[in-house]
Amino acid sequence: MRCHHNRFWPVLQGVGKTILVLSGKGGVGKSTATVQIAATLRGKGYRVGILDVDLCGPSIPRMVGVEGKDVLTTPEGNWVPVYADNEKRLSIISIAFFLDSKTDAVIWRGPKKNAMIKQLLTSVAWDVDYLIVDTPPGTSDEHISVMENIKSAPVMGAVLVTTPQMVAVDDVNRELTFCKRTGINVLGIIENMSGFVCPSCSECSNILATGGGEQLAAKAKVSFLGRVPIDPNLVRCTEEGKNFLDMFAGSPVSEVYHNIIYQLVGENQEEMEVEN
Amino acid sequence: MSSVPQDAPEHCPGTNSEDAGKASACAGCPNQQVCASGATKAPDPDLGAVKERLDTIKYKILVLSGKGGVGKSTVSAMLARALALDETKEVGILDIDICGPSQPRVLGAEEEKVHSSGAGWSPVYISENLAVMSIGFLLNSADDAVIWRGPKKNGMIKQFLRDVDWDSLDYLVVDTPPGTSDEHLSIVQYLSASPPVAAVIVTTPQEVALLDVRKEITFCRKVNIPIIGIIENMTTFVCPKCKTETAIFPATTGGGTQLAAESGLPLLGQLPLDPRIARACDHGQNFLTEEPDAPATLGYKEIAKKIIEYCQSLS
Repeated sequence: MRCHHNRFWPVLQGVGKTILVLSGKGGVGKSTATVQIAATLRGKGYRVGILDVDLCGPSIPRMVGVEGKDVLTTPEGNWVPVYADNEKRLSIISIAFFLDSKTDAVIWRGPKKNAMIKQLLTSVAWDVDYLIVDTPPGTSDEHISVMENIKSAPVMGAVLVTTPQMVAVDDVNRELTFCKRTGINVLGIIENMSGFVCPSCSECSNILATGGGEQLAAKAKVSFLGRVPIDPNLVRCTEEGKNFLDMFAGSPVSEVYHNIIYQLVGENQEEMEVEN
Repeated sequence: MSSVPQDAPEHCPGTNSEDAGKASACAGCPNQQVCASGATKAPDPDLGAVKERLDTIKYKILVLSGKGGVGKSTVSAMLARALALDETKEVGILDIDICGPSQPRVLGAEEEKVHSSGAGWSPVYISENLAVMSIGFLLNSADDAVIWRGPKKNGMIKQFLRDVDWDSLDYLVVDTPPGTSDEHLSIVQYLSASPPVAAVIVTTPQEVALLDVRKEITFCRKVNIPIIGIIENMTTFVCPKCKTETAIFPATTGGGTQLAAESGLPLLGQLPLDPRIARACDHGQNFLTEEPDAPATLGYKEIAKKIIEYCQSLS
């Protein structure tokens, strides 16, 4: 992996506004939510970047169909994010691009992870209106490092993702404490995998209980952004790197994400909608 | 393993780290010269105490994934409960997910506290022959977040291993956080001093999970931890009303079966996504006894049997 030091490049140069996607709990759909938030913003005409700071489990490249691509560098030595679309409105940076194979593991202790995160935050030549930052689960090195380094950048805040069950809500509650302690604005909570409609009998079976996220939002006095049901089509799209928003535009999940984006950036919506 | 002295600066790499005394964070630290001279890389005096405790535990089983949310904590709890069905065996669960400790809730022990005595910390007993230790028991409230960097997490793990008085166990099931980082490196370093140790790897069927799980297999091979096999969780969802099976997490690239084949590992079992399991975990109930005839219950018992057979084959 190339290792270059560009000490003079400020944090998140070329980025308009930044949204962090956090959880505390693994497997709740942070990466999936990151991709849907980014895709929905892109669909409204914005230029969007995704920064994947999950060093051990970087999922974003596969989910947007750019697995295995190479990262180019600028003459100044900064990384050019990989474009996921022909219009160049969705770009990605992830450590996955720097690994030689799928089995390559990043087995690093904290200090080395911190150094990589700092590089990811300062050495990318972004040119985007919004940057969505996908994080690993937890409240540890990566999160502390991100918070420390982005203080000078215009960060809108964090979206917290949970599933309805208490085991997840417990961890997301701790993530809220983390946000409070580090002074990050909580934009709201998304309750993911909330309900599943059996394709055969249409009885909505709330697999993982329901309402835990909404209750947490009420208790913590933060916005409840929405409930996203399980949709096997969404899982399949992330598996195959396809654009769910384009393929299933009218689906309940797409509607929820449109609503989430409206809540996050709503007032600018009319200005930015363009014909695709 | 690494240790951070009291007077160390914020990003201290740890006195046992390769970068001890040489990292940029070391500038200005009163210990810098000592660390740089290599004196701090002397063997950790606690290692002996850790090994002494671990030697009273017959078999250590690490439950790993790489991917979050595949059911490591659920599988850890269920396997431990299944192993404890044999009342002649003593079973322990060690929860080293420092940031997201789930075991207290999953086992119905949220209100419990840890007591300490001359013999060390006593774990919380779920039943006569099943005990658990988690940082969750040390937190004052549900809102408390553990916002620690690696070295401090490593210190906690070492303390668990050194101070918890399990009073000799047949099996210790270790629940881990997702990833391949500090916690994993530390636990492997300590457990490897007191074999036998082996791992079970948990995955869900979809490629996005396998991407991370392959890395966990690489990790195990790099640190010489034998892998008993792979458990595929949430294979299909069975509708409680019409019994239709839906693959919510489709095995687009072959799932756990393919992963087992390509890595040359046994597939220990495939467990369904049963909504009742999540509910049981949320309420700390023993799913194995609440739903003795559920396919998942039979699945867990079968996997536990294979783990017991593996352990016995080592003797």
